[in-house]
Amino acid sequence: MAEHSTYTPKSGAAKWFEARLPILGLVHSSFIVFPTPRNLNYWWNFGAILVFMLAAQMATGIILAMHYIPSGDLAMSSVEYIMRDVNYGWLIRYLHSNGASLFFFAVYIHILRGMYYGSYKAPREILWILGVIIFLLMIATAFFGYVLPWGQMSFWGATVITNLFSAIPLVGDPIHTWLIGGFAVDNPTLNRFYSLHYLLPFMIAGVVVLHIWALHVPGNGNPAGVDVKSSQDTVPFHPYYTIKDFFGLSVFLILFAWLVFYVPNYLGEPDNYVAANPLQTPADIVPEWYLLPFYAILRAIPNKLLGVIALAGAIGLLVFLPWLDTSRVRSATFRPIYRQFFWIFVATGIGLGYLGSQPPEGGYVIAARILTFYYFAHLLIVLPVVGLLEKPRPLPASITESVLAKSGAKA
Amino acid sequence: MKAAASLFAAVALSALPAFAQDAPPAGGSTPAPAAQSAPAPAPTTEQTTTAAPAASAPQVAQPAEFPIDKPPLLSWSFAGPFGKFDKAQLQRGYQIYKEVCSNCHSMKYMAFRNLSDPGGPEFTEDQVKALAATFQITDGPDDTGQMFQRPGIPSDHFPSPFPNTQAAAAANGGAAPPDLSLMAKARAVKRGVFWSIIDFFTQYQEGGPDYIHALLTGFQDPPAGVTVPQGTYYNPYFMNGISLHMPPPLHDDQVQYSDGTPQTVDQYARDVASFLMWTAEPHLNDRKRIGFEAFVFLIVFAGLMYATKRRVWSNVAH
Repeated sequence: MAEHSTYTPKSGAAKWFEARLPILGLVHSSFIVFPTPRNLNYWWNFGAILVFMLAAQMATGIILAMHYIPSGDLAMSSVEYIMRDVNYGWLIRYLHSNGASLFFFAVYIHILRGMYYGSYKAPREILWILGVIIFLLMIATAFFGYVLPWGQMSFWGATVITNLFSAIPLVGDPIHTWLIGGFAVDNPTLNRFYSLHYLLPFMIAGVVVLHIWALHVPGNGNPAGVDVKSSQDTVPFHPYYTIKDFFGLSVFLILFAWLVFYVPNYLGEPDNYVAANPLQTPADIVPEWYLLPFYAILRAIPNKLLGVIALAGAIGLLVFLPWLDTSRVRSATFRPIYRQFFWIFVATGIGLGYLGSQPPEGGYVIAARILTFYYFAHLLIVLPVVGLLEKPRPLPASITESVLAKSGAKA
Repeated sequence: MKAAASLFAAVALSALPAFAQDAPPAGGSTPAPAAQSAPAPAPTTEQTTTAAPAASAPQVAQPAEFPIDKPPLLSWSFAGPFGKFDKAQLQRGYQIYKEVCSNCHSMKYMAFRNLSDPGGPEFTEDQVKALAATFQITDGPDDTGQMFQRPGIPSDHFPSPFPNTQAAAAANGGAAPPDLSLMAKARAVKRGVFWSIIDFFTQYQEGGPDYIHALLTGFQDPPAGVTVPQGTYYNPYFMNGISLHMPPPLHDDQVQYSDGTPQTVDQYARDVASFLMWTAEPHLNDRKRIGFEAFVFLIVFAGLMYATKRRVWSNVAH
């Protein structure tokens, strides 16, 4: 994906192959010699971690699909069959269900890293927008997946979320009926959600390829936020970042293993071990933790249509981030005021997550409204205004200079 | 810092009055967009009897939040990173299920053969054959098209005590006894944000057995002034109301243990709660053992990766 490949095949077979399909050269220029800023910190590990998580989710998911039965009567029995009788089925299923959580954990860090270091700024706007599309596809995939065990929370979560579409004026009800394949969530809903749950990850993989392609045109951003100016500023991707990504991934896997082997149901709802029952509404219907902030935004707005618009806007606005942020300085390291707002934004997201898990009553609603306001104010007011008013600290002349200043002129 | 803080304060203050207008008074009726989008809530769970409506309540206020009492946290053999099921306890728990619970509750995801699986009660295969035969299984249709009864064999699943949910409800005051296979993972009292975070690090995953034990030992007379609907039994540990349709199922010396274990309600409840944790998570022993192996491997692997990474980067300032 770089402009020209420096790869020269050595063996005869490789020469023969490369002359017909130059894929070895593509891999070589994209992942071996690809010039990468030498100052990337550990927050840059999450791209590789996310690629791993996508592959792991697809691998475990394909195995689960061999045993799962998408039928209202048999879905839960088939999941329990996987948990009990399929060889290591319990492991595959816990890897998949907890893997979804860790996928989101990693993607939130990845997104926030982009927001802190201004990774979305020119010339990386398309890269960022592709990332937002991946995030949207992930949300849809996770939602469909959560429905599949057909427990109480699966069923009622599907009911609540698909009902949001009925808020659309005029065509809302027909769209809702069309989406779920009937007048209430039932077997046709489960069947189509299963089909889509299998389809979307491949679409994610496709957009990930575009995302990496778009990344490899300008190259990585970096914590200093200044462009690469000379070859001194970069190191080849391999071995420098392959080994660093391996290390980051293995630490991440320790967290993954903790969840899967020791607290596999920690992030789940006990209600989802109760079979779906259309006649019995659970006391609290809550989505998985990673969707709670958006659920809080939805419930903070007293009008259903406006709530749905706010929910869509909370994610959709991210597309415009490259233009909402008016600062020409990328890295928050050199933006003393933005940096504080960034952490307020992080705290707002965590606060909304907490409020999304609480019943929508009393002080919780008021707090959710204040935080929802700040969420949008951060994107629509703070980013443009701070960018114009703030006086950034002086930028380093180059990546190398910033590195040497930090490490005391060692090389 | 100051500039940011004052800018934020200005934004926040200008926002507040606008919100105050449609913010409801605390504790008052609140709009619930999620409820708007969900269908009208149907009556809650199978065994629930919610507190009597305020209008008909006596002078003493009925509790509004359930459970009234939080379950005490017990120490379980299967808790923690090296936890394992206690085979003898699972065998006693099976005895409680067989002699008491199975009269009303099904356990449909469990087969008799599971009782001899490693990491479970580990009855011998002969024992399993014998105990399977004590259950009558409906099989068929035979060559003449008739269903027939036969003794159970190890590959059969535990039969339901009732032919269908309606029959189960009709025989139990209108509330069908729930299936017990997954009960230990399907119930847990919420622990609040603080304890939930702590639980991640302490690996507390025993909310289900703690709840089952508390419920089975928690039946008592209602406090003065508290009335329960007819045909239900007061229990401050019940998650969905002040009372439930299940009568107190256990009494001291009700089940004869052959190994000298105390024959008390508390012990029975511990044993059957452990047994139900096993039926809900039959591979728990394997999971924790493999987990430890995975941990040792991953920590060593991460250490090697770190050492290699340092070596690779040693000649480049970064």
